[in-house]
Amino acid sequence: MKSIVPILTVVAAIVVIWYGAAVWMNAQWAQDQAARAEVELTFSELVTDTLSQERPRLPAPHQVLSELWGSTVEMKVTSKRSLIFHGWITLSATLLGFAFGTGLGILLAVGIVHSRAMDMGVMPWAIASQTIPILAIAPMIIVVLNSVGVTGIIPKAIISAYLSFFPVVVGMVKGLRSPAPMDLDLMHTYSASKGQMFWKLRMPASMPYLFASLKVGIAASLVGTIVGELPTGAIRGLGARMLSGSYYGQTVQIWSALFAAAILAALLVGIIGIIQRNTLKRMGMAQ
Amino acid sequence: MSWGWLIFALVFWAGAYALNVWLANSPWRQTRAVRIAVPVIFGITILVVWQGLVRGLNVPMVILPAPSDIWLRMVSSVPTLWEDFVQTFVKGALTGYVIGCGAAVITAILIDRSKFLQRGLLPVGNFIAALPIVGTAPILVMWFGFDWQSKAAVVVVMVFFPMLVNTVEGLAASTRMQQDLMSTYSASYGQTLRKLRLPAAMPFIFNGLKITTTLALIGAIVAEFFGSPIKGMGFRISTEVGRLRLDMVWAEIAVAAIAGSAFYGAVALIEKGVTFWHPSQRG
Repeated sequence: MKSIVPILTVVAAIVVIWYGAAVWMNAQWAQDQAARAEVELTFSELVTDTLSQERPRLPAPHQVLSELWGSTVEMKVTSKRSLIFHGWITLSATLLGFAFGTGLGILLAVGIVHSRAMDMGVMPWAIASQTIPILAIAPMIIVVLNSVGVTGIIPKAIISAYLSFFPVVVGMVKGLRSPAPMDLDLMHTYSASKGQMFWKLRMPASMPYLFASLKVGIAASLVGTIVGELPTGAIRGLGARMLSGSYYGQTVQIWSALFAAAILAALLVGIIGIIQRNTLKRMGMAQ
Repeated sequence: MSWGWLIFALVFWAGAYALNVWLANSPWRQTRAVRIAVPVIFGITILVVWQGLVRGLNVPMVILPAPSDIWLRMVSSVPTLWEDFVQTFVKGALTGYVIGCGAAVITAILIDRSKFLQRGLLPVGNFIAALPIVGTAPILVMWFGFDWQSKAAVVVVMVFFPMLVNTVEGLAASTRMQQDLMSTYSASYGQTLRKLRLPAAMPFIFNGLKITTTLALIGAIVAEFFGSPIKGMGFRISTEVGRLRLDMVWAEIAVAAIAGSAFYGAVALIEKGVTFWHPSQRG
């Protein structure tokens, strides 16, 4: 609780700096307009003008907030300009991909833990793949799947599945290996079968690791979906809003899409955090 | 469809799999040679099966080129690939990486003396580090123009916060006892920082540096999707995809993968030299 004041101070400082930057960055345009109209701008006129331009270089915070408010609350959800509509398009692809990626990741991790050949063969590649800019293949996946006739939500979901896959594999392998030799020995003295060992010891022990990688994974999936919406000139989704905003110089639209994406990411990570806390508490593992 | 290729791929896969299982359970499985051989065999198997399936099923080039096609394209277009590499990696990613990481470390040292700022900045930094920052790419491209400067700016924004969080964590890593020892030596703040706390922070700083290598490359490539001069890896990928020249796209991706791994490997090597004293490096 004692961090509330410092956090609010920092956030307030950011907002102040943002306003200052907005005045500074938009001043040129305001001056040009004034010069063209042959009027001299006083300082207060300059400030009001820079903070209320139609297409500013840097929109002021209140412009972004009012655009966000206008395009979420005040607009019908079915409208093509509603951010909730675009957010849902992005969110559904993210969740579908995340579910796939996590499921496959857990399966592969189970395989790796139980087969030494897979461990030695696959694991180095799974780790190495984290150093590769996987996002670069996003446009190709979209276009190739389009040309085979797969369109809509699936190509984006594949990208987001791919991005959430590797963190989950690496985290789960670590988690399934986390029981101490002592615990494994105890299971041996109970003459537990491999399946019992897995369900009663390894699986529960891996939960903290699973949740940590789920948080990384869902953030990665969201980024994957957004990037997946860029290359084909998609017309729906948060990524498409950013792209069309950048084509038509609608800076306020880009910023509000960016904020919507940020809020979405924070919500998703927050939800997983809550599930994590409750699950670990029920399992008696919470600190 | 040609059965020869398919059968060859299948037989090769079965043989390699058997060899790997045998190697992994053999008495030599702890030796260095086997530890390297098993993943290499696995990688080669994937390439061979890929080649076999593409050739055997006559998959058209516009869907999936065979590894041999990609290799031929890579060899025949070295100048283009090199130009893209310089534009995206050296100018965009590397510049941004150095500026971003440097700024983050300096900021961390500056806010180090104020507990208040740390308590405020860390949660905000952690929050921002989890956001889809690639989304700032269109804005920064608008501000800094199409050339590499805007890509470097995206990279700076992407690497700054993960790096800041890691450095602040690292500066807090030295123990109370060690700091007390420094104060019994009557060491000044600067001396404590230079001789104790910065060296103790190195494992954390390098952890951040390693995480951000990938982010830097991703940022530079994705920023090019929003507009770039007619060179660069991201530009090449998005335009060649449009022209359905997938062998070129895969060649570009292979270069990106190699560059990314080499970048990571280089940072890991430096880490090995700097933090030789850390338990994780003594092995």
